Amino acid sequence: MQPFTYTMPRTVAEAIAAFRQAGPDASYIAGGTSLYDVMKLDIVRPRHLIDVSAIEGLDAIETGRDQLRFGALARMSAVATDKTLLRDYPVLAESLWKAASQQLRNMATVGGNLLQRTRCLYFRNGTGNPSSVGLYPCNKREPGSGCAAIGGLDRGQAVLGQSDACTAVSPGDWPVALTAMDATVELAGPDGSRAMPIAELYRLPGDTPHLEFMLQPGEIITAIIVPKTPAGRRSTYHKIRDRESYAFALASAAVALDMDGDHVRRAHVALGGVGTRPWRARAAEQLLVGQRLTPESALTAGRAALEGARAGKHNGFKVDLGARTVADALMIAAERSA
Amino acid sequence: MTNYADDEDQAAKVDARQNVSRRSALKGGAALAVLPLTFEGPAEAQPTAPMVAGVAVEPAHSVLLSTSVNGKVVEFRVDARSSLLDFLRERLALTGAKKGCDHGQCGACTVHLDGRRVASCLTLAAKAQGREVITIEGLSDGEGLHPMQQAFIDHDALQCGYCTPGQIMAAVALVNEGNATSKERIREYMSGNICRCGAYVGIVAAIEDAASKMRRA
Ligand SMILES: Cc1cc2nc3c(=O)[nH]c(=O)nc-3n(C[C@H](O)[C@H](O)[C@H](O)COP(=O)(O)OP(=O)(O)OC[C@H]3O[C@@H](n4cnc5c(N)ncnc54)[C@H](O)[C@@H]3O)c2cc1C
Ligand code: FES
Ligand code: FES
Repeated sequence: MQPFTYTMPRTVAEAIAAFRQAGPDASYIAGGTSLYDVMKLDIVRPRHLIDVSAIEGLDAIETGRDQLRFGALARMSAVATDKTLLRDYPVLAESLWKAASQQLRNMATVGGNLLQRTRCLYFRNGTGNPSSVGLYPCNKREPGSGCAAIGGLDRGQAVLGQSDACTAVSPGDWPVALTAMDATVELAGPDGSRAMPIAELYRLPGDTPHLEFMLQPGEIITAIIVPKTPAGRRSTYHKIRDRESYAFALASAAVALDMDGDHVRRAHVALGGVGTRPWRARAAEQLLVGQRLTPESALTAGRAALEGARAGKHNGFKVDLGARTVADALMIAAERSA
Repeated sequence: MTNYADDEDQAAKVDARQNVSRRSALKGGAALAVLPLTFEGPAEAQPTAPMVAGVAVEPAHSVLLSTSVNGKVVEFRVDARSSLLDFLRERLALTGAKKGCDHGQCGACTVHLDGRRVASCLTLAAKAQGREVITIEGLSDGEGLHPMQQAFIDHDALQCGYCTPGQIMAAVALVNEGNATSKERIREYMSGNICRCGAYVGIVAAIEDAASKMRRA
């Protein structure tokens, strides 16, 4: 790891000023559970770390007003156990407590979570990693070097949104739940403040997989806003993994339902574990409107959610698994009382 | 205020050339790691004393850290790259917290930071500034064992013991969080601690047992 300077500003303005002064080799750090990890792997090499975790007032969780508001520095463990969320928006709480471990959730912030790096094995087992089984090209790590996952051991790779340059999965669970629930991200930066729908935060890899987020240099996420909806109560985050706990998703589905009897008035559906970004399934949502929800109609919606999926050598199972995960999630959510 | 031996000033005076060679020696460690793990030299030559002298770095790349560890306030100048785990083990010689993966994946390095369990390997030491760290060494307040430590013995909740300090620190926090309500919930909230020996059945039993004692205490 290359040496770096370390500062801990107390306000957003101070943090932005510090970033401006430090220049392009600067990076913000919050919990550090993603950034410090990839620094240890020598994938990211900042020369200046600006620790935003001591900024005051950026960790508030507000559920009492007309929208839900999560300060970017709220810890995952705090948001996961919020009583209002557990009751009225289980999809949000579940996406957090089913992620990582309690130790990591105590460190990680809900803002940093949005910008965590992929777990693609070829991305991680690269430069300077003494425990790697070798060095692999990776366009995300070294633009233009190639992608060893394509045609390689691709069991974990994406089946939606991949390009000829990159098939890495977008790893987070919380971003998938937020995508389903139409969240907005509040930003502050050198050129002022703005708000961005979460759907616009994530890029598809295309031929520039090293560019992942639509943030300007020096921009800080200050808060995440989720509009309130009666569909929140009938919601779930269903996560399928290689083991029952403490693993990233092979496939996951965030769903929320607004029901009229056993008919769907409106559905929110997003997928994780299968796409190169959090994947909103609009086609599935539209199919469900006005439908009676049965295991059959749920599976039809699940198949629609995976429309356009392309598998590699070893990840063909994700197409069917993804569809069934959506179907099961819909049935679980429908069981919940509004 | 107690100060653990700190020869940082001394270390800072190490001349630049030696500094560089030490660093490249560390980098060379990556290549060495793939060699077979045999030690060629005489056994006496193996370092036994804990290394408390920190590798010298430019002042700009270090931080002055003042933190409370197991109830003692310590003040050190540390390399900004240092993890809390390396700080505890290499500078304070508190080797209870273990390095299993160094990437947040195994839980062997679990300690409490301001009462909450964290993976010390993914926590920058600098983040402990002004906060309270409790390690396995500081868990019991005197001669006696903490109920969780005793329960791990009573229920045979270990084999090699490498994961045990992390398991115990996680388990104590789990009980304090109110998560020891069922076997299922204990398993879910202990899933961040991997045991390669597979002592999981004993670990869950120990936590259930200790939880009832901790609640009574
Ligand atoms: C072993 C392990 C298992 C995990 N399992 C899961 C899992 O199952 N599901 C899951 O979703 N996640 C999982 N994670 C990932 C974890 O949830 C993320 O690492 C964490 O949420 C990142 O938050 P952080 O505050 O630590 O971010 P950091 O590591 O501090 O930062 C991440 C990135 O965001 C930037 N950043 C942070 N905060 C801000 C801000 N306010 N404004 C602008 N930029 C910012 C940083 O510059 C950095 O680029 C796992 C991690 C580990 C190590
Ligand atoms: S050493 Fe920290 S989690 Fe493995
Ligand atoms: S007792 Fe050996 S790893 Fe757990």
